Amino acid sequence: MAEVALRSVTKRYGAVEVIHGIDLDIRHGEFAVFVGPSGCGKSTLLRMIAGLEEITAGEIRIDGRIVNHLPPRDREIAMVFQDYALYPHKSVFDNLAFSLKLRKLPKEDIEERVRAAAGILKIEHLLDRKPRALSGGQRQRVAMGRAIVRQPKLFLFDEPLSNLDALLRSEMRAEIKKLHQRIGKTTIYVTHDQVEAMTLAERIVVLSGGNIMQVGTPDDIYNRPASKFVAGFTGSPPMNFLPARIAASPVALEILLGDGSARLAASLARAGAYAVFANRNVEFGIRPEDLAMRRVGANDVSLPAQVVVVEPLGAETLATLQCGAGEMICRLPPNEAPAAGENISIWVNMDKFHLFDSASGSVLRAN
Amino acid sequence: MTGLLSSVRMRWLAAIIVVANGAFPALWIVLTSFKSEAELTQKPITYWPQNATLANYIAAFRDQPLPVYLLNSAVIATISTIVSLFVSALAAYALARLRMKYRDFILTGIIAVSMFPLVTLMVPLFEIMRGLNLLNSYWALVLPYTVLNLPICTLMLVSFFQDIPRDIENAAMLDGCTRLGSLWRMVVPLAAPGVFTAGIIAFVNAWDEFLLSMSLNAATQYRTLPVGIQMYQGEWAFPWHIISAALVIAMVPIIIVVLLFQDRVVSGITSGGLKG
Repeated sequence: MAEVALRSVTKRYGAVEVIHGIDLDIRHGEFAVFVGPSGCGKSTLLRMIAGLEEITAGEIRIDGRIVNHLPPRDREIAMVFQDYALYPHKSVFDNLAFSLKLRKLPKEDIEERVRAAAGILKIEHLLDRKPRALSGGQRQRVAMGRAIVRQPKLFLFDEPLSNLDALLRSEMRAEIKKLHQRIGKTTIYVTHDQVEAMTLAERIVVLSGGNIMQVGTPDDIYNRPASKFVAGFTGSPPMNFLPARIAASPVALEILLGDGSARLAASLARAGAYAVFANRNVEFGIRPEDLAMRRVGANDVSLPAQVVVVEPLGAETLATLQCGAGEMICRLPPNEAPAAGENISIWVNMDKFHLFDSASGSVLRAN
Repeated sequence: MTGLLSSVRMRWLAAIIVVANGAFPALWIVLTSFKSEAELTQKPITYWPQNATLANYIAAFRDQPLPVYLLNSAVIATISTIVSLFVSALAAYALARLRMKYRDFILTGIIAVSMFPLVTLMVPLFEIMRGLNLLNSYWALVLPYTVLNLPICTLMLVSFFQDIPRDIENAAMLDGCTRLGSLWRMVVPLAAPGVFTAGIIAFVNAWDEFLLSMSLNAATQYRTLPVGIQMYQGEWAFPWHIISAALVIAMVPIIIVVLLFQDRVVSGITSGGLKG
């Protein structure tokens, strides 16, 4: 197992800085996921940890040792690539055994380790095949096997499931999680898929534009997002945002949506906490599952809306609603789904809303 | 129907023209090598040898030290091909993979250099080899052939190396290879079609070269085949039939090289290593 520490890690290509002084600690045995949209620098960061990209400034430590100038082969890490990167001219056995042969391990040890890894991943029957004779999922397993046999301190995964179809992806996701639980090695996993991040991670690192936006558990990231970006990136469908203004009144706090025609009264518990932000222009954020067709909690507030689109998904139904301030998507039980064009009252759970600063996008933390 | 004519039939026609253009002279030489001198000069001409004979082959070995020429050509072509491939693989890898500031300029330079007419290099090369005391030696031809083959080999390998996914090299480097190790263990084997094609071109170029060979290696014991074959020609005689036999003998190694490596010159070996 290994501990990874990044200190002011910066990457520049010529005059363009793509990673802006990142500080991050990944703990022993942790499953950390770097998540963010395309071009946010997550793969670059991973490749810098792997030693495949040089860092322009800063420091990377693996188990306390500075590895800035250490070649990849000396970092005791294994990596699974997005495109698998199997050696096409070698059999599956030789793909798995390659690193061990380079280390000049005895033949019997190589055989034993390869067979063990193949057993874990259920690819024993494929050992004689060439990669071109394998399906996408089998190739992915071989790529993982190649990482396992090395018994590295640190596993790196660079979007390993993005080339698989949806069904295989969810299967392999579970496999990776099981593998981590079984092996327990520190793992850094890069993905642009927030579902993968939420399901796999012990801690998620959300990146955007070469900066860390938030580091936290999946629960933190989902329920306590630090910014509008993070809130909008997690969840499917993502959080709804409506422009709003906080209005203070002598008795309570009200959130005026859009042009002010719609008013939501904050629950008493939160009213006091947000009072300090009175008269500020904000973004009101509410997750689709915190909207309902009927009153559920004491602090729910209703809002008139018209149903624009209804999308039945079987277990749930998504309804796109037009309310005065803009569009919102709500997640409803199928039996409560309204019809398109219907005028309804949608109930907003006022214990679950989020407020973000209109200008900076930072969350307004209730005190 | 018109579409069919323009696609399938026209392609066949083009293929037949190309193959005939290349194969006919070689076939004619093979047929000539089995004809007697009398048959060669008779009219009307015969296409198929009427009394096929191996006498021309016996004469080819009797009149000139053909095995010596064969050995010289083989040694010089083999060494220059291997060295060319080695050096051009390194150059091509650098051009294909490293972030180089003047990459395009270097590639243009390589193309420009390869277009120099050989005849302009003859005098300087002769002077250099004389200065180095290398005239009439294997090195006199190995060195210039290696250098002359570098541009074509480098350009071919650059395009093949560029097609090999970087992540395969990265995976090899994580598995324990150095950068050069990943070049020799991954890039070169995966670019085998390119490497063998470049090698065959380099070998044939060296095997066929006449001008430099005649100028730099005039001594019999270092003569290569193209120059040696010219020696069959006398002041008053031009023994086509014997020269044809010698030419057939000269073609055999090339045919063997091509046949040996034709399986390797099949692209698509990389399929399967990556997604898809």
